[in-house]
Amino acid sequence: MLGGWYEPGSSPLHRTPAGWKLLALLGLAAVVFVLRSPGWLGGICAAVVLGYALARISPRSCLRVARTLGVLVAFMFALQWWLLGLDAAVLVCLRIVAALTAANLFTITTRVDDVVSAVERGLRPLRRFGVRPDRLGLLVGLTLQSVTVLSKIAAEVREAAKARGAQRSVIAFAVPFLIRTLRHADELGEALAARGEGDR
Amino acid sequence: MIEFEDVGHSYGERVVLSEVNLRLSERRVAFVGANGSGKSTLARMINGLVLPSTGRVLVDGLDPSRKGREVRRRVGFVFTNPDSQIVMPTAGEDVAFSLRRSGLSAGERAARAAEILTEHGLGGYADHPAHQLSGGQKQLLALCGMLVLDPDVLVCDEPTTLLDLRNKRQFCTLLAGLRQRVVLVTHDLDLLGDFDRVIVLDGGRVVADDEPEPALRHYRKLVG
Repeated sequence: MLGGWYEPGSSPLHRTPAGWKLLALLGLAAVVFVLRSPGWLGGICAAVVLGYALARISPRSCLRVARTLGVLVAFMFALQWWLLGLDAAVLVCLRIVAALTAANLFTITTRVDDVVSAVERGLRPLRRFGVRPDRLGLLVGLTLQSVTVLSKIAAEVREAAKARGAQRSVIAFAVPFLIRTLRHADELGEALAARGEGDR
Repeated sequence: MIEFEDVGHSYGERVVLSEVNLRLSERRVAFVGANGSGKSTLARMINGLVLPSTGRVLVDGLDPSRKGREVRRRVGFVFTNPDSQIVMPTAGEDVAFSLRRSGLSAGERAARAAEILTEHGLGGYADHPAHQLSGGQKQLLALCGMLVLDPDVLVCDEPTTLLDLRNKRQFCTLLAGLRQRVVLVTHDLDLLGDFDRVIVLDGGRVVADDEPEPALRHYRKLVG
């Protein structure tokens, strides 16, 4: 996650149905994976950047994406250059930039609720094979939500470890993080049950 | 009417509740007691999150162990930590999540959610990331997620423990104004003045069951 959550808006990208956007994103990821021409990949990256302009994403969010992505890409580029050479490194990094910026544009312009509904609708024909679309939709929603929750737990645990002067200790991070994560899972399960999720 | 008939419960060897007999028909009931006294377990039995090892529980004549779905439709539950209750990224989506099986369209669900949020002072937060709300707002959101289903009974397990004094008071004023019957588990004794009945638990047993003032006097004496 590059740090973008849904930002309300009324641009054409915001108004495109979530299902089409999700399909387009999957298609784009597949194409980017197959393409081997830096020119085409660069073109796709430029198109995605245009998408940000079209969706009128605030400069602040764009900057946040650029910063996170910059660090990641710089690291990947150095590693790939060292291992595989310059051409391969350029190719891999262009793929990463295209796929991640597009995915981030999707999360910024799409409500999770709409994604959940779209997944449920799209999977409805599979019901006859025993697939429960509502469960899979909920899974998508909870997965996205878990990213926020886990990063919050990680931040708090890291703070606590720092307060005890143990910021370099793996155990001081891993043990409380694991315990709090498991406990969160228990509480979440209870809350879902209380909201009637297990009753359907 | 919520009835506990000779209810007992144990986690493995450890007995957490024994011989609890209660008939709760009052509008505002509180469970108080030390940590580990069994009050949270007792509260969880009302909507079938925990099933008793012995005895039985009846909510308006329905047994949560057999009619869990019907009981949970009548009984809402608010937990201590709102972070675990909020399952969707924005406030509006989270409230709408409660309505997923209501048969309403997505638009109607969103409208209903926005209505409930506005009613409880969270108007304008529908598109706000739920985890960036303040602690008090998050607990309000958790409450909205339940109230949107319009239950008959609301069970709250230490809902004010993580809140500051102002938010505690606000939350309790809100509870006091609800049409729902409320069962409140709490350590904030000074919020119980208006309650109809306070039940004190100690070591898994009911040791006092009275109006707030005498019940809390007993509890304070118990603590020493």
